[in-house]
Amino acid sequence: MPITGRAWVFGDKVDTDVILPGKYLVLSDEGELGKHALEGFDPGFVTKVQPGDIIVGGRYFGCGSSREQAPVALKGVGIAAVVAETFARIFYRNALNIGLPALECRARHLFQDGDPVSLNLETGEIRNLRTGQMAQAKPIPPFMMDIIAAGGLMNKIRVSLPKG
Amino acid sequence: MAMTLSEKILARAAGRAEVSPGEIVEVPVDVAMIHEGTGPLALKSFRSLGLEKVWDPSKVVVILDHYAPSPSEAAAENQKMLRDFAKEQGIAAFYDIDQGICHQVLPEKGHALPGQILVGTDSHTCTAGALGVFATGIGSTEMAGVFATGRIWFKVPESLKLVYRGSIPPYITPMDIILATMKRLTSEGGNYKALEFAGPVVEAMTVGQRMTLCNMAIEMGGKVGMVAPDAVTLAYLRDRAKEPFQALAPDADATYEETIEFDISRLVPQVACPHSVDNVRDIGEVEGTTIHQAFLGTCTNGRLEDLRLGAAVVKGKKIPPSVRMIVIPASREVFLGALKEGLVQTFVEAGAIVANPNCGPCCGNHQGILAPGEVCLSTANRNFSGRMGRGAQLYLASPQVVAASAVAGRIVHPARLWQAG
Repeated sequence: MPITGRAWVFGDKVDTDVILPGKYLVLSDEGELGKHALEGFDPGFVTKVQPGDIIVGGRYFGCGSSREQAPVALKGVGIAAVVAETFARIFYRNALNIGLPALECRARHLFQDGDPVSLNLETGEIRNLRTGQMAQAKPIPPFMMDIIAAGGLMNKIRVSLPKG
Repeated sequence: MAMTLSEKILARAAGRAEVSPGEIVEVPVDVAMIHEGTGPLALKSFRSLGLEKVWDPSKVVVILDHYAPSPSEAAAENQKMLRDFAKEQGIAAFYDIDQGICHQVLPEKGHALPGQILVGTDSHTCTAGALGVFATGIGSTEMAGVFATGRIWFKVPESLKLVYRGSIPPYITPMDIILATMKRLTSEGGNYKALEFAGPVVEAMTVGQRMTLCNMAIEMGGKVGMVAPDAVTLAYLRDRAKEPFQALAPDADATYEETIEFDISRLVPQVACPHSVDNVRDIGEVEGTTIHQAFLGTCTNGRLEDLRLGAAVVKGKKIPPSVRMIVIPASREVFLGALKEGLVQTFVEAGAIVANPNCGPCCGNHQGILAPGEVCLSTANRNFSGRMGRGAQLYLASPQVVAASAVAGRIVHPARLWQAG
């Protein structure tokens, strides 16, 4: 099933302090964290973003802290997926663990803010529906795809726990 | 097959004769650490599983260090949540707000031993690699999985060997060495990789100094940053380790993705400039930059070795009214050492503020958040935009450069301070 949404285009090295400033680490609730998503980049971002929007970033997205609150904030504000040329490793694991799809793809040059994006997690196809241009993401490793298919790591573990 | 240090540890943990980069291995966790910054979210995920007990409370360490003492009701609630959790789970290794920064407390209290797999919900968990531990930062939900199963998966990383040679010039500290490494590798140059620090310069370092190198491995994206255990490691652990361990060493003929040699003989003090840790310049390029705050502390450079360097610089000098100097020892043990050696007195007499051991302003929580436009020179590991206050400019340097610049009111080479008398 392809996901479709509007693109938000970002540069390289969008770090976790920009995605979710440290002062909000006292929060755990997805909705509350969502109110501060990308505040370090633009305090007004949360007023412009719409549920279903997709981030299209550059190299080394999510570098820095291990704070899971960063991808949770993005999910909380309604971001449906993050596409980036490369991810920092902890952010990538965190995103998939909480059920926020993250796709590795050099696609930023094909998009402007607001362009309609279509992406297919199974095939890795990413399409700009305004221009028709397409990019191919690196396949998500099967190991990680299992986590996504389960709807996150907790769901995957829950079904594997012994009953009773 | 010959293996690097991280390959060896992962192979043993996985019960395999050998592992190769790129393979996925599932391994049992020896130590799982949470703190109050990211721990509450881990507990939330863990409880969503409907489980009552963690897999093994003797392998869990809980430390309150990010907001110590608590500056807000929200932080107090999170600390209480972790206190209650430790009690309810029977976790003996619980360290309250009086003990210091997790990455310093783990090794000091013998929770980080060579050859172990250590995970923590903090990116700088890699600091413990200084003792030859496979130590890495993970997310909160990932930790909930560890709490439930006692296991975690890793992709076996490619290893980079970073070899340091040469004689250490005056005013050069491990911070300068790692910032110079950062300049060469860039902040993404070690992404997903295991960094092994080696060579005569590293062998001559104390465990505390090695921790400065390993702490910064994540700033290059590294999964782990490690030093092979040696006599220095064993001496450090003699009175700290509470259980036996096997100090694994890399094979001499192991395959590294790359071996990079550094000759540090001509290195000058290094400064990371806003807003990226790899925006590193020789000090000469930024000398004269006015600073408003000087911060000496953190899991990068808040150890006794670092406080000694800073105190030697400010001894008998006065920090001008234009600069706030904040000194925060990394742990209670460090604080006590600094008291015994008279370093605290030296700092306070020079006009610095000495705070209780904790993370302080480094992650933007308290004790020195800056106003927009202000400049802070810090011994910390990150200078991302907004990290210590929106619109502030963060520079990173060694304890000596930070102390000298505090006295000068601007970024200065420590040698110049002595010349000026």
